[in-house]
Amino acid sequence: MNLGPHAAFIVTAYIAATAIVAGLIGWIVLDRRRLSRILDDFGAQGISRRSTRADADKW
Amino acid sequence: MSLIDLANPSRFLALTARALPWLAAATVLAFAIGITEVYFAPDDYQQGATVKIMFIHVPAAWLGVFAWIVMSAAALGTLVWRHPLADVAAKAAAPIGAAFTLMCLVTGSLWGRPMWGTYWVWDARLTSVLVLFLMYLGVIALWRTMDDPAQAARAAAVLTLVGAINIPIIKFSVDWWNTLHQPASVLRLGGSTIHPAILVPLIVMAVAFTLLFVTLHVAAMRNEIMRRRVRTLMMLQAGARMGP
Amino acid sequence: MTALCALFIRDLRLAVRVGGGALIGVLFFLVVVTLMPFAIGPDLGLLARMGPAILWLGALLASLLALDRLLATDHEDGSLDLILTARVPLELAVAVKALAHWLTTGLPLVVSSPLLGLLLNLEAKASGAVALTLLAGTPALTFIGLIGAALTVALRRGGLLLAILVLPLTIPVLIFGVAASNAAIAGPVPFGAPFGILCALTLISLVIGPIAAAVALRQGLE
Repeated sequence: MNLGPHAAFIVTAYIAATAIVAGLIGWIVLDRRRLSRILDDFGAQGISRRSTRADADKW
Repeated sequence: MSLIDLANPSRFLALTARALPWLAAATVLAFAIGITEVYFAPDDYQQGATVKIMFIHVPAAWLGVFAWIVMSAAALGTLVWRHPLADVAAKAAAPIGAAFTLMCLVTGSLWGRPMWGTYWVWDARLTSVLVLFLMYLGVIALWRTMDDPAQAARAAAVLTLVGAINIPIIKFSVDWWNTLHQPASVLRLGGSTIHPAILVPLIVMAVAFTLLFVTLHVAAMRNEIMRRRVRTLMMLQAGARMGP
Repeated sequence: MTALCALFIRDLRLAVRVGGGALIGVLFFLVVVTLMPFAIGPDLGLLARMGPAILWLGALLASLLALDRLLATDHEDGSLDLILTARVPLELAVAVKALAHWLTTGLPLVVSSPLLGLLLNLEAKASGAVALTLLAGTPALTFIGLIGAALTVALRRGGLLLAILVLPLTIPVLIFGVAASNAAIAGPVPFGAPFGILCALTLISLVIGPIAAAVALRQGLE
C-alpha cells in the first residue's frame, strides 16, 4: 500500500488513535483489578453490605 | 430480560458479566473487517492517501457526540427517576466520550497539517469539537470535585442537559462566527460527495467504534458500581469502628 | 526539615486527590485561550503574533484562580493555626506551601502551554520560548500571590479582593515574560536581556513573598 507523501501523518494518526483506545482499556482494566482486590479484602474481613444480607436493592 | 431487571445493580453486574465477552469479541471482529476495508479503500483524487485518516476521524467525532447523547439520557434518568444506575451510566460515559473527542481532535489536526499546512485552523467544525471537548472536561472536573456521588450525579446531570441544549447553539454561533471572517485559502473538507468505495469502510468503522464505545461503557459502568460498593463498605467500616 | 518535608508531601497529596483541583487551573487556561480567537477572529497570522501575550495572560489568570486555595483551606480546617504555632519558621513553612502549590498548579500550565501554542499557530520555536519564560515566570506569580493569599486569608470572601491586590503586583512579570517571548520570536531586543530581568523578578519574589506572607499571617491571625 502506498500512502503517498504524507505517510508519516497517517501512521501517526492511527498510532495516536490506538494509544488513546489502549489508554482507555488499560485504565478500565487496572481500575477493575484495584477495586475487586479491595472488595475481596473487605470480604476476607467479614464486612458485607446490608443488601447482601437483606433487601437486594440497596447499594 | 426487561429494563427493570437491568435497573438493579446486582442483576446488571450478573447480566453484563455474561454479555461483556461477546461484546468485546464483536468489537474485535468489526475492527478486523473495518481495518481490512480501510486498507483496500481507494485514495481520494484530491487529498490522496490522507483520506485514510478520515476512517478514524469521522467515527471518533460521531462517538464524541453520541457519548454526550448517552450522558443526556442518563441525566434524565438521574433527575426524573433518581435512579443510581443512571448516575453510574452518566459518570462512566464522560471520560470515554472525552477520549473519543480528543481522538477526533488529534487525528483532525494530523490531517490538517498536510492539507492546510498547519496543525490547527479555527475552522467551524474543529472549533465546535474543541468546545465539546472543553465541556467534557468540565463535566469530568465536576464529578471529581464532589465527594458525595449522588450529589455529584445531580449536579453533573444538570450541566449535561444544559450542555445538550447549548451545544447546538454553540455550533450555530461558531458557524456564524466563522463565516463572518472565513480565511480564504482553506480547503473545505467533505465538500464533495462521498464515493461508495469510501463510504462502505467508513460505515463499517463507525459500527466498530460504536461497539467499542458500548463495550467500554459497560465495563466502566461495572467498575463504577464496584467503586460505590467499596465506598459503602468503607463507610460501614468507619461506622462500625466508631459506633457501639 | 522533616516537618517541612511532611508539609510539602501533605500539600501535594491534598492537591491531587478528589476535590483538590490541581488540574482545574490547566482547564481554565485551556478555556481562556480557546475563547480568545472568538473575540479576535480566526486570522492565523494575527493569532500567531498575539500568541505569547494570550498565553501569558491565560497563565496569569489561571494561576490567580488557584490562589485562594493556597492558604484558605488550611485556615478553614485549622491546620494553618498549627503551622503558625509550630517551631518551624513560618517563612519557610509558607515557602514550602507555595512551592507545592506551584508544582501542582504552575508547572501544569508550563507543560500545557506548547499544546495551546499549537492552537494559536505558534511555531515550535515560539512555543518553546513561551514555555521557557512561563517556567521562569510562574514561580514569581505564585510567590507574589502568596502575599495576597496571606493578606486575605481571614476574610470570608477574599477571592475578588485577592485578585485586585495581586494583579497590579504581577505587571512586571507579565511585561518581561511577554517581552522575552517576543524577543525570542522576532524582536530586535536579544532574548537574554528581558529573560534575565524575568529571572531576577522571580528570585526577588522567592525571597520577599514568604517574608511578607509570614508577617501578614502573624498580624492577621493574632
